[in-house]
Amino acid sequence: MENIAFQTDWLYGLIGGLFIGLGGAVFLLGNGRIMGASGLIGGLVDGSGWSNGAERITFLAGVIIMPIIVLQFWDRSETNITDNVIQLVAAGLLVGIGTRIANGCTSGHGVCGISRLSLRGIVATVFYILAGAVTMAFFRAVLGWI
Amino acid sequence: MKLMIALIAGMFFGGGLVVSGMTDTAKVQGWLDVFGAWDPTLAFVMGGAMIPMAIAWILTKGRSPLTGGQFPAPSEPKLGRDLIVGSVLFGMGWALAGLCPGPSIAAISFGGTSMLIFLVAMAAGMFLAPRVRSMMGT
Repeated sequence: MENIAFQTDWLYGLIGGLFIGLGGAVFLLGNGRIMGASGLIGGLVDGSGWSNGAERITFLAGVIIMPIIVLQFWDRSETNITDNVIQLVAAGLLVGIGTRIANGCTSGHGVCGISRLSLRGIVATVFYILAGAVTMAFFRAVLGWI
Repeated sequence: MKLMIALIAGMFFGGGLVVSGMTDTAKVQGWLDVFGAWDPTLAFVMGGAMIPMAIAWILTKGRSPLTGGQFPAPSEPKLGRDLIVGSVLFGMGWALAGLCPGPSIAAISFGGTSMLIFLVAMAAGMFLAPRVRSMMGT
């Protein structure tokens, strides 16, 4: 029983992951859409997805509403997010530009792509994880930031 | 019907992101910190998410979506410069703040000003992306 605290993070990860996949499965089987967060948001931002904008906005509303409900019962609101504005702006710009140029992020290329054995999804995931690990090593280990 | 399904899917996605801990930037940065105190949680999240998703892809065979239309065709196995450069830029930003698009939206209600700054910058990046792409000459 002593190991429970140590293992709960992984267990919550697995359970949360199953829910994420369930969301993707519902979106695909129900509406024939791939659940990719960057694509759904990006299409609203640049106007390319306005033809099905209501569907995108409703999906994103669900993404926002459910955490509010969960947090009523379970305080899972710790984000550990930095308050360094330069770091946040640089990160946001890189994530926004990168996901749109690559046409996908962790949900679209990662979850939806790899589960379909899509070569593009697998390659994208390998590259963003590698780039993330190198960036992390550079800023944390070399410079001592983050 | 389409909107109802989108709402349910979004709620599963957003709930899953919070339960899994992916709205905690320390978990994501811990996953990428392979030379430090490596945190494998993200692998469990990804693995867990792929189980229902893989079943869903199998179920698409010979069927059409519940609300009509067609399932998305498999993408051509083309590995262009866009895919590689874009993924590298995304990975760098992902590490820098510990956030990707899904969790940043899911945490909008409780992430404070920092989360809003990230989201505005991300939206600006998405808006600028077509220009960056044309600068890349692709």
